[in-house]
Amino acid sequence: MDKFRMIFQFFQSNQESFMNGICGIMALASTQMYSAFDFNCPCLPHYNLAYGLGILLVPPFILFLLGFVLNNNISMLAEEWRRPQGQRGKDPAVLRYMFCSMAQRAMIAPAVWVSVTLLDGKCFTCAFCTSVPVESLGNASHPHLSQGEIQQVLARIPCKEIYNGQQLIANEVAVRYLRCISQALGWCFVLLMTTLAFLVRSLRPCFSQAAFLKSRYWSHYIDIERKLFDETCAEHARSFAKVCIQQFFEGMSTDLVAARCHLPRKAPADAGEAAEKLLGITDQGTMNMALKSWHRCKPALHLHPPALPTGNGWAGEGQPPMYPSAPRRETAAYYSWV
Amino acid sequence: MDRFRMIFQYFQSNSESVMNGICGLLALASVKMYTSFDFSCPCLPQYNMAYGLGVMFIPPIILFLCGLILNRQSLVMLEEWRRPQGHRKKDLAVIRYMCSSILQRAMVAPVVWIIVTLLDGKCLICAFSGSVDPEKFVGFANVSTVQVQQLLAKVPCKDEELMRNSTSRKAVSRYLRCCSQALGWSILLILIIAAFLARWLRPCFNQATLLQARHWSNYIDMEQKIFEEACCEHSRLFAHKCILHFFESVRQEIKLHSFSLPREGEQDEGEEDLLQGITDQDQVNKLLKTWYYEKPPLDVSQAHQR
Repeated sequence: MDKFRMIFQFFQSNQESFMNGICGIMALASTQMYSAFDFNCPCLPHYNLAYGLGILLVPPFILFLLGFVLNNNISMLAEEWRRPQGQRGKDPAVLRYMFCSMAQRAMIAPAVWVSVTLLDGKCFTCAFCTSVPVESLGNASHPHLSQGEIQQVLARIPCKEIYNGQQLIANEVAVRYLRCISQALGWCFVLLMTTLAFLVRSLRPCFSQAAFLKSRYWSHYIDIERKLFDETCAEHARSFAKVCIQQFFEGMSTDLVAARCHLPRKAPADAGEAAEKLLGITDQGTMNMALKSWHRCKPALHLHPPALPTGNGWAGEGQPPMYPSAPRRETAAYYSWV
Repeated sequence: MDRFRMIFQYFQSNSESVMNGICGLLALASVKMYTSFDFSCPCLPQYNMAYGLGVMFIPPIILFLCGLILNRQSLVMLEEWRRPQGHRKKDLAVIRYMCSSILQRAMVAPVVWIIVTLLDGKCLICAFSGSVDPEKFVGFANVSTVQVQQLLAKVPCKDEELMRNSTSRKAVSRYLRCCSQALGWSILLILIIAAFLARWLRPCFNQATLLQARHWSNYIDMEQKIFEEACCEHSRLFAHKCILHFFESVRQEIKLHSFSLPREGEQDEGEEDLLQGITDQDQVNKLLKTWYYEKPPLDVSQAHQR
């Protein structure tokens, strides 16, 4: 647990590390998904190609989209792209930087899937078994079969149990051939991706370093600003709620006092904090009424300013300020649907 | 756990250690990749050599490029190389030092792959089974040329029907594996001797220059990191000021438009301060709408003047 917490903290230390962490997890998830997937070639002439290419290309597309979905900067990018200009200009270089860095990270899991699929060879064997060169690998002098029948026989290559073309072309020879080509393609794909990544990374400092530093600063700024704004709003909401609820309880206790025609009780000087926290509600009936009122008639989202201090109405530290109850009722009735 | 944390902290302690750590991880990844890769020789005359040599040499290139990409110092070196001179002179010795240390670390994983491949032997058997002299082996000696090529190409495939129990196939296989392992061990020995000599003889030449180069390369790396951290810190403070200034400007706008008397008397200072003068639903909605439609300008100098 400690080890996980430490690794987690390392990745959370800054935004980019966190994104790299998600990227790595998705790449691992991609290999795990592939090994858990039960590949079942249909072994029929026209279906093989569709199935094989489908397995090769559709999951990477899904993983690519998932990479964008899991990246919480996508909403930041969309917001920055669509916001009205207002008093702050928009910099397309920043938007491009944000999009490029997200796209690069989202490309890793699909690239891993395609590489693993090609290096394993099953997909490719399934998709292209009908294109095996029978003349060079197999028995050209086999009794003449029609083209369709040859296709049917070749389509069964991936399914060893039902393969019946051993005289036409040996199953192992065909599988080895297809797998060799698949692995060669896989390694070439990985080499190509790595070379592209290397070029992108190494050519940048040679050409546009200053622009890059600017874009990176402002993209981090936008991210931090959004987070700080959310935090400030959360703090504001907390204070708002606290004052609103406090005013609700005070209003409750004022209403009850007005209804019972009691004079406000002056809290004894040495009552301490507990009396203050009771907010004037000190018996079961009153509390039940307060709870019912909270459910039936929540207070308006409108905080009242504290009343001006009167001569002797401000006695004692624990005495909550009194409000006139009539306007409160009107406001409550008006906003009761809120 | 404690030991793990200590190891982790040791590697994070300076960037050279981090790079050594990455280098080690790549070497382990290289071994793991080899063991999980399902090597399957095509056993066809023209394809064997291409496949065998391809598997022996293409992954090392990939691992080398990965070693360069994952090494942060390569970016630092490129930036230092391409930057305009400005007020700070460029020292080529530092750049050369950085380059050589990056290349040395990037070469470890490819070398590990090549050595593991040679010591295992499958690649070389696949690539060179067709190049063996058939006269030396009993089963292939009296066969026609075309057929002998086909047969030799099938040597790496143990399950092949023709070859399953052939002693000549096993003989060829053993012979090639022996050559492969000898080559592997020789390369390993040469590399280790070269590394040993380089490390041992280096203090005899240019030690002072080396110390300087190493110091300044560490300095450049550290400076880059600290600059990035300073920028992060600055943008955080900038954002904080900008948001406070925004809340203040919205509050002032509300005051201008509403006709309520200014509040007097004691206020519950703690909470009211946090509320920043925004005390009802409409005002909050207005604030959020203004935040979206009219983000404040990136200029907090007015906040200072307030």
